[in-house]
Amino acid sequence: MSKSTNYIIGVFNDEDVLMDAVGTLRSSGVKIQEAYTPFPVHGLDDALGYKPSNLPIAAFLFGLTGTICALLLTIGTMGYDWPMDIGGKPYIPLPHFIPVTFELTILLASLGMVATFLIISNLKPWGHDPFMFDGRSTDDKFLIVIDLDKNKMDKVALTNLFKQTGASEVNSKIVENH
Amino acid sequence: MQVTSPVRPPLVTGGKTVSDVTQDISRHVENKPTKLWIMAFTLSVITLCYGSYCLWTTWYEGIGMWGLNKTIGWAWDITNFVWWVGIGHAGTLISAILLLFRQKWRTSINRAAEAMTIFAVICAASFIVAHMGRPWLAYWALPLPNAFGSLWVNFNSPLVWDVFAISTYFTVSLVFWYIGLVPDFATIRERATGVRRVAYGALSLGWDGSAKAWQRYEAVSLVLAGCSTPLVLSVHTIVSMDFATSVIPGWHATIFPPYFVAGAIFSGFAMVLTLMLITRVVFRLEDYITVEHMESMNKVIVLTGSIVGIAYLSEFFIAWYSHVPYESYTFINRAFGDDYWWAYWSMMTCNVISPQLFWFRTVRRSIAWTFLLSIVVNIGMWFERFVIIATSLSRDFIPSSWAYFSPTLYDIGDYLFTFGLFFTLFLLFAKFFPVVNMAEVKAIIKSSSAKKDTK
Repeated sequence: MSKSTNYIIGVFNDEDVLMDAVGTLRSSGVKIQEAYTPFPVHGLDDALGYKPSNLPIAAFLFGLTGTICALLLTIGTMGYDWPMDIGGKPYIPLPHFIPVTFELTILLASLGMVATFLIISNLKPWGHDPFMFDGRSTDDKFLIVIDLDKNKMDKVALTNLFKQTGASEVNSKIVENH
Repeated sequence: MQVTSPVRPPLVTGGKTVSDVTQDISRHVENKPTKLWIMAFTLSVITLCYGSYCLWTTWYEGIGMWGLNKTIGWAWDITNFVWWVGIGHAGTLISAILLLFRQKWRTSINRAAEAMTIFAVICAASFIVAHMGRPWLAYWALPLPNAFGSLWVNFNSPLVWDVFAISTYFTVSLVFWYIGLVPDFATIRERATGVRRVAYGALSLGWDGSAKAWQRYEAVSLVLAGCSTPLVLSVHTIVSMDFATSVIPGWHATIFPPYFVAGAIFSGFAMVLTLMLITRVVFRLEDYITVEHMESMNKVIVLTGSIVGIAYLSEFFIAWYSHVPYESYTFINRAFGDDYWWAYWSMMTCNVISPQLFWFRTVRRSIAWTFLLSIVVNIGMWFERFVIIATSLSRDFIPSSWAYFSPTLYDIGDYLFTFGLFFTLFLLFAKFFPVVNMAEVKAIIKSSSAKKDTK
């Protein structure tokens, strides 16, 4: 059985007004569902109370995996599986293995982090045109979306609060949950 | 309130608003191609077809189709490879290193420069594969256990390092470029209908522009930039080691890694300028790719051009100082001998002397001069690679094996193939993808644009 959620959406024309609005709304005890912007607004994640992303840690771990794999590959193949005397060099000349180790570290760190980013953000090329509260938020509008059910204030009070903070429009939307 | 810096001129001119950016950049993707685009595309495809014929013949008949001889086993193939890889470096430099240094002027040009990187590396790779002689065995360069037992590639060899460096560079650049495109594809998706909406919907991966998504996107961009920065330096360092780890006089030099990296940035920026100056006229992007961008890049060119010049002189000095007769001979012969003096002095004129004109502000800010010199620099850098490779090989240790290299039509045709491929891909990119990074330009528009008035 599907249930619907009522959202109220404040539309802003300017990122600075949006930032101030986020501050005002949160200090008034309003719980913000999400904000949508056409470009990255620095400090918005802090203002919304988001924790810093753990993606750099994921990148480090993937990079470490790359380093270990590369060392196993080079040392394992040249030192143990099929040792060859090449110009009288030692079987395991570590300085010669630095380029390959470095490249595989970078490769796995980059690909691993990007894959993690795509998975946790549910970004994939097939099967969905994402639900947009307002298509203009990819052009020049900034949105603050509030779930009415999760807030104590009613719609009228929230609309007034949005207007006070400088929203150019306040819209509401009912979304069917599946 | 609009804050205009007294010391920094605006990066976006014409009083653009955030909405104007969407309009101006999306227009080229949404409208029918212009006549100029169709003409350029036709020319590129014709060149590509002729080049493909030459490349196919080279593959089918073998590299005996080239002008290689008993002494010169590498000539145009590796020259073109190193040249194209060098061209590619500016893209990653602009997107990664300038991002880490918080240089806002990168935003209008990074998208096209990254596209240039990817296409240039594809062109470079085509020479790597072609010069193997038996390209269908190219997978032998990968560390795969094979049918003959567990015989592996030689990880001591710079040629194997190259395989890892170039493929990593290509993959990471491609991913970096694509992640940057995703929000802009979403912008185009929201404006499109029908088939185009489905296509750009798939390309945009379902991007919705939420604050959480942007936070992660920024983290990814920053770490990718942090990964790409040493990657750029490592790739050309390793390319230079293809030569520097050998014992051929003229190649066996510890100065090669920094010298090649500087040369790569030098030629890459020149190619970005050539392409951007054309793109801004064809797509009417004069407000986004401004004289300020051009001047900033010209400053990088004069710096790296001077580094390259000092490297040439250092090589000469060290050849004399080393007291190795073969080394000294190679350098004296290269500059004053009978056979390759023209290539050497073309290189010196194009790379060392002509970029010095950029010390003059009027030259640096002149579109005509910049366009001319950007092409001169690219020609000069091709000669640099040629001089290093061909002149060092042409005079070996034993005079009986000395020889001169003359290109055949197939050498030229294979080079033309890469031009056809590069421009075909670039024109397709410019038509179907947003050529300027809309999201990033929008982010700087408030601090760096010449807006008439804001509320």
